[in-house]
Amino acid sequence: MSVLVIGAGNDCRQDDGFGIAVARALASRSLDGVEVLELSGEGGSILAALEGREQVYLVDAVHSGADPGELHRLDAGSETIPCSFFHYSSHDFAVAEALEMARILDRLPPVVVVFGVEGERFDHGIGLSTAIQERVEEVADCIQGEISASACR
Amino acid sequence: MKAKIAEKKTTMSRTIRADYLARVEGEGAMYIRLKGDEVREVKLKIFEPPRFFEGFLRGRSYLEAPDMTARICGICPVAYQMSSVHAMEQIAGVTVDGPIRDLRRLLYCGEWIESHALHIFMLHLPDFLGYESAIHMAPDFKAEVEMALTLKKYGNELMALVGGREIHPINVRVGGFYKAPARDEVRGFRDKLIWGMEASRKAVALVAGLEFPDFEQDYEFVAMRHPDEYPLTEGRLVSSRGLDIDLSEFENEFEEQQVEHSNALHCVHRERGNYFVGPLARYALNYDRLSPAARELAVKGGLDPVVRNPFKSIIVRAVEMFWAYEEALRIVDSYEPPEKPFVETPPRRGTGFGCSEAPRGICWHRYSIDDDGLIIDAKIVPPTSQNQRTIESDLREYVKGRTSLSDDKLQWQCEQAVRNYDPCISCATHFLKLTVDRG
Repeated sequence: MSVLVIGAGNDCRQDDGFGIAVARALASRSLDGVEVLELSGEGGSILAALEGREQVYLVDAVHSGADPGELHRLDAGSETIPCSFFHYSSHDFAVAEALEMARILDRLPPVVVVFGVEGERFDHGIGLSTAIQERVEEVADCIQGEISASACR
Repeated sequence: MKAKIAEKKTTMSRTIRADYLARVEGEGAMYIRLKGDEVREVKLKIFEPPRFFEGFLRGRSYLEAPDMTARICGICPVAYQMSSVHAMEQIAGVTVDGPIRDLRRLLYCGEWIESHALHIFMLHLPDFLGYESAIHMAPDFKAEVEMALTLKKYGNELMALVGGREIHPINVRVGGFYKAPARDEVRGFRDKLIWGMEASRKAVALVAGLEFPDFEQDYEFVAMRHPDEYPLTEGRLVSSRGLDIDLSEFENEFEEQQVEHSNALHCVHRERGNYFVGPLARYALNYDRLSPAARELAVKGGLDPVVRNPFKSIIVRAVEMFWAYEEALRIVDSYEPPEKPFVETPPRRGTGFGCSEAPRGICWHRYSIDDDGLIIDAKIVPPTSQNQRTIESDLREYVKGRTSLSDDKLQWQCEQAVRNYDPCISCATHFLKLTVDRG
């Protein structure tokens, strides 16, 4: 199976659970040939998950200073992912670092698309804020659409 | 004129600060104030918010302790699980041995491997080689980074094999495990472990060739000591100044103190003040418990049986990573699944103590439970809270002889000195005493 969706984040940290919510939405659709993983955002696990993949979609909450709920779509194949983008910072080796490391080590799969949604609250707690919750199905639809479109090519 | 400038320079005030310490776990800052050549103030500020684990453990079942405390840290969850299950088993009057004990050690080896591999290569090595981060280092050291990632990955895989998943394992319970892995799954790990031992040898050779600042301190090392083994989950607490106590005596010797500038408590020896836990302490106090191959590797890496230069902790970590791979191989090769993956631990009123050697030092726990097995009281002393004051003392001493360095260089080297301890700031921040003065 070469299509992978990674939902990164921590659903005990409010909006940081966005990636996990999208992963669950997509997993519930049981798409053929698509594997869905929930990861904490720790860089080592992301690097390991990229191994041998052709097409990867990664979803995470971001905090770039934009309005809550704003959607960012980044093509990791053609642009650098800003390290300051993601909330998770354990030992400073997280999503952005993992993707950059993969690029340096020639391990970046041919297609890697990152969907980031601007989060509002990252404190301890369960549940997404309204502006973020509204984006869950929309981002799941986007990813499903991109997977279908690439299958037609 | 020249003399005048020099004189002015020596009395000038300088502040070295890193508002956000990179490549450590959690959120902390460092502050150093100098007046001429004199170090006026050094603070390791931990502003990671407290999480009140000891508070919310109260009223929960003793069986929940390993799952709840694992959440204290994503890098060393096994340390919290092992310290808590041992404390609960002590209360129940149960000793776990045989294949269940071996599986625990195997799980813990996985944690040491992933944590040490991450710290050696991704967090500490860039300091020595003059790179801003592992990402900046990778283009010039591709093979080494590839090796590091695989070394770490195998550690994570061991944790997933025994613990059910690699972060916050879910298979650990008081008395053992919910499910024991199958014989073939465990034995199938053999080749990866042999590769890991060889790669760890290369890691030792690599880090032993680095340049180390000339800096040694007369630390009081504190670590666990077991009659036969290099310490992981069991043993007494010993120190390089003659301490040799049962785990239950920890609070007679050590106390946690609150300081204004940190959300993490400082743990100190009641009479002698700051002390040192972690790889350097473990190694110095248990050199004779290392395997012959690990000792030989330490010698090849240029290490004496006692190392007092904290920058050389990177070599000691690499030797310990080798040892963990070797120990994992010993366990894997002889593994036969237990008939039942856990022993029964019926609830019993009492107080129990557990301690284990987290990758960054001893992690001490005390719990009291009632007749129904509900936790009445919990105390957790993580390694970083024990090292905080020593980190500050290192910074003070280190800066003393180096005040002529530029601010940038001094800050760089001070951050490196903090990273010698692989501090886990999230772990250390678990308690805040709040006093309301209403006059």
